[in-house]
Amino acid sequence: MSTRTIQGQKNLQDIRQASKDGIGGSPLRPDGNLKVKGEFAYSSDMWHEDMLWGMALRSPHPRANILSVDISEALKLPGVYAVLTHEDIPGSKFYGLEIQDQPALAIDKVRYHGEAIALVAADHPETARRAVKKIKVEYEVLTPIVTEEQCLAPEVHGYVHEPHEFKSHGYGNICHEQKLVSGLGVTDEVRALADVIVSGTYEVGMQDQAFLGPESGLAVPAEDGGIDLYIATQWLHVDRQQMAPVLGLPEEKVRLTLAGVGGAFGGREDLSMQIHASLLAQRTGKPVKIVYARDESFFGHVHRHPARMFYEHGATRDGKLVFADCRIVLDGGAYASASPAVVGNAASLGHGPYVIPNVKMHAIALYSNNPSCGAMRGFGAVQAAFGYESQMDKLAAELGMDPVELRQLNAMSEGDLMPTGQQIDSPAPVAELLQRVKDMPLPPPLDLDDLDVRALPGALSNTSHGEGIVRGVGYSVGIKNVGFSEGFDDYSTARVRLEVIGGEPVAMVHTAMAEVGQGGVTVHAQIARTELGVEQVTIHPANTEVGSAGSTSASRQTYMTGGAVKLAAEAVKYALIDKGRRRYGWTHQDITLAGGKVVSESAGVLVPMVDLLGDEAIDLTREHHHRPTVPFDKETGQGFGHVQYTFCANRAVVDVDVELGLVKVVELTAAQDVGKALNPLSVVGQIQGGCTQALGLAVMEEIIVKDGKVRNASFTDYLIPTILDTPPIPVDILELPDPNAPYGLRGVGEAPTVSATPSIVAAIRQATGIALNRIPVRPEHLTGTL
Amino acid sequence: MEFLRPATWDEALAAKAEYPTALPISGGTDVMVEMNFDVHRPSAILDLNRITELTEWSNDGGVVRLGAAVPYTRIINELSGPLPGLALASHTVGSPQIRNRGGVGGNLGGASPAGDAHPALLAAGRDVFVEACSVRGTRMIAIDDFYVGVKRNSLEQDELIRAVHIPVADGPQQFSKIGTRNAMVIAVCAFGFALHPKNGTVGTGIGSAAPTPRRAVEAEEYLQGVLAERGLWESGDLLGTEVIQRFGELVKAAASPIDDVRGTADYRRHSLAVMARRTLTWTWNDYSKQIRSAA
Repeated sequence: MSTRTIQGQKNLQDIRQASKDGIGGSPLRPDGNLKVKGEFAYSSDMWHEDMLWGMALRSPHPRANILSVDISEALKLPGVYAVLTHEDIPGSKFYGLEIQDQPALAIDKVRYHGEAIALVAADHPETARRAVKKIKVEYEVLTPIVTEEQCLAPEVHGYVHEPHEFKSHGYGNICHEQKLVSGLGVTDEVRALADVIVSGTYEVGMQDQAFLGPESGLAVPAEDGGIDLYIATQWLHVDRQQMAPVLGLPEEKVRLTLAGVGGAFGGREDLSMQIHASLLAQRTGKPVKIVYARDESFFGHVHRHPARMFYEHGATRDGKLVFADCRIVLDGGAYASASPAVVGNAASLGHGPYVIPNVKMHAIALYSNNPSCGAMRGFGAVQAAFGYESQMDKLAAELGMDPVELRQLNAMSEGDLMPTGQQIDSPAPVAELLQRVKDMPLPPPLDLDDLDVRALPGALSNTSHGEGIVRGVGYSVGIKNVGFSEGFDDYSTARVRLEVIGGEPVAMVHTAMAEVGQGGVTVHAQIARTELGVEQVTIHPANTEVGSAGSTSASRQTYMTGGAVKLAAEAVKYALIDKGRRRYGWTHQDITLAGGKVVSESAGVLVPMVDLLGDEAIDLTREHHHRPTVPFDKETGQGFGHVQYTFCANRAVVDVDVELGLVKVVELTAAQDVGKALNPLSVVGQIQGGCTQALGLAVMEEIIVKDGKVRNASFTDYLIPTILDTPPIPVDILELPDPNAPYGLRGVGEAPTVSATPSIVAAIRQATGIALNRIPVRPEHLTGTL
Repeated sequence: MEFLRPATWDEALAAKAEYPTALPISGGTDVMVEMNFDVHRPSAILDLNRITELTEWSNDGGVVRLGAAVPYTRIINELSGPLPGLALASHTVGSPQIRNRGGVGGNLGGASPAGDAHPALLAAGRDVFVEACSVRGTRMIAIDDFYVGVKRNSLEQDELIRAVHIPVADGPQQFSKIGTRNAMVIAVCAFGFALHPKNGTVGTGIGSAAPTPRRAVEAEEYLQGVLAERGLWESGDLLGTEVIQRFGELVKAAASPIDDVRGTADYRRHSLAVMARRTLTWTWNDYSKQIRSAA
């Protein structure tokens, strides 16, 4: 990694480089060692004197009318302090991220398997569990509405939300819809322009975020009648915004502090136990802790939308794309959650990073009686990428072209238009990223004379000693947006304080950013060091005492809250320099802060910061807003809808035991443009993590739902990759700055999750010659035993 | 819930007699998971961890007496010579942490058709015995009589598993297991296979493809017949594709799997045939090499 200098300050380079822990460096995460040693305090570890344990009764049925709820036996159990139903809710009974369609506790009906119906607070979790079992619910069980066909014929199969109670922007059982047309659209005339047409139907199973730290938090009733909630979440302020109306409290009386988060990946964007614990604390006047068990966690958060997609691509004989048509059906489950945004992403990004003159798209999210689906890393873009990249391989095969060359021939670059009409106004090195993964050396072939079974499909399960193993290689590239889109102003706030502590200048950074493992706290300290020229930076606990930091999602936190920290730190810097000008009458125009000193490029060191600061603290707060976007036109999908685009390309090398249908990913190479790597070690970690989660979707991760019922709510049967499933992931990082972004950076976390899955499936296809239109690929698909 | 912590084996048997529904626990790798998932809440837990003899093994040269709580890690490290099939199976159990705690006694007590040890125990031959004890005395239950139904074994309510008696391997043994990831996975199905040249028999064990772990009896008989008729035990000559193929088909036919979230019945049958062919080939190649190098 090359060292970098700040323009115009070259003679300060030595002082600047003294801070190797500024931006561009790779200081280690403050939480890293603690997590590895098992000493990190997660939200589930919290304890409060005199606290109660909360637990929910959940529906065993995906669709039923609730005829009666009898809590009397549960209340009689010694140690039980409260049993609540929707009738006990003091405020609004509904909440939701975008659409308030979800009851905090079920009202007269349940719409998915696992929906919460009643709450118990007791002095021991075992007491709470027994009390939950004593609540008697009489159900009228109804046939669940679960398939696309059933959902689209509500007059026959029923409504998930009856028309009189329907709250989303869609209709019938359609929660949200987005159409898009560009160029001439896709008509018979346009089809006639293509020499070759390929089409396919592709399916994506329901992936889970599978974070290891279950949903948990502690609600403490305050003397002012408010609630203090300590919680593992992704966005403190939006939790508060949804909680306060239900609790019947003004927002300022609902105070949230971030507790240790054990992974998120989108699964903590929606509320889980926040309202429940707070309702119980309000009722009992005692602190209430809720920790989900693993199975409850699978019911307690939204999942990645399963998708069924039809794609049709037309091209000239020499491989130029002529048109692309697509219909994407996402199953949103019982409640809206983030479905509208997922549909927006699927529609606007669903044709991939390609220049296509004529495009049509129709994306919908269904309401159904399946588990609710919402945010998960790369949402909307992940599902579509499996479709369009499978199509690219199919088209290349049809044309007899190299799949990488076909992609490069049609790759978009800076200045091109998205199908939404939005011009790509920063680097889009799609073709180069593909070239980079293609040019990386391939791993050596399997050495059958010196076998280590751990390197083979099946590994120590000892299924092959080389028999049946075929190698395959596949490529893919993907596109993802960064930040919230379609007119949403997801600003971030940061407060930076500079003062002398123990004879040293020390900066404190205070934001409400949820550190969910992405390393934001490390990056914030790096930014403060770089902007303020100090070494010592403390990170204030994240809470709602400071303004919103927006969500830790959409690859946005370094861009948005990092940007806010930069603005606040710059403001502090200018305030300090102004103070110096007033005190010392400096007239230099080249003053900055470095190495704990106020320095001038021409005059050298002016004064140590400790002398200038004295006993005074400079404490300033700034908001960072990204450039405005607009909603997509409902019919044409046109509009400047996204803040920034990000691209990743992958090459996957797999060994497949073609007789047993077992897969070992041998290597998964990634090349990604990150604009500017603020912390290269973290950036590589994000890319490798994103690739691994994509690998999970490719070959193993799926929540299996049958007739609306979840069949594998455990880590025994919901499989995520282990270290033996995770190959070496060489990462090639490009740094092409985006002029619109702080430091030129580009959001990192999601792009590899979008692009890596299709490369693995492509590699398995190459090894087996099997079409593979569904992910995750199961051994049954590869052996014809489904 | 009663929590019983006997200090000696006799105390344990007395406790089990007094609390016949008490659930024995040693490593806890099954029991604790089931309790966490609220599968059952036993009236009493009988903690065997103070009884150190359960973590001991001995080998008289002909038979290994394996304490019920000898952890899988130690089976791998200390017994891969005399019990190669069980050691291979032990490698596939859970994670290192699970292998450090779990032992064969737990697999037998739970009697899940997916227990990794079962196919290896069955393949080790008909002279594998479970040493079951109670205040009434000790009985040796042949492994073929041990598994009686889904998660049911032939222990009486007052009995505890003290040890398993497994003949020392007299020929190559293999174990294969299918999982949909490359480690830490419950068996979709599994197959254990062993050659017993001393008495001219072969052993098989099928896991996760029937209500109980079971032996592929016809496959064993077919192969024993071929080996005897063609003098292959003596010659070590190649078996030929037809024999290997037929053996695989008979193993497949011995299974009666179901469709579930882990795999389809068809896949289980298919993969059993593949594993049977491969493990037979590996063991026979090893045996053949031994014969030839001895010759």
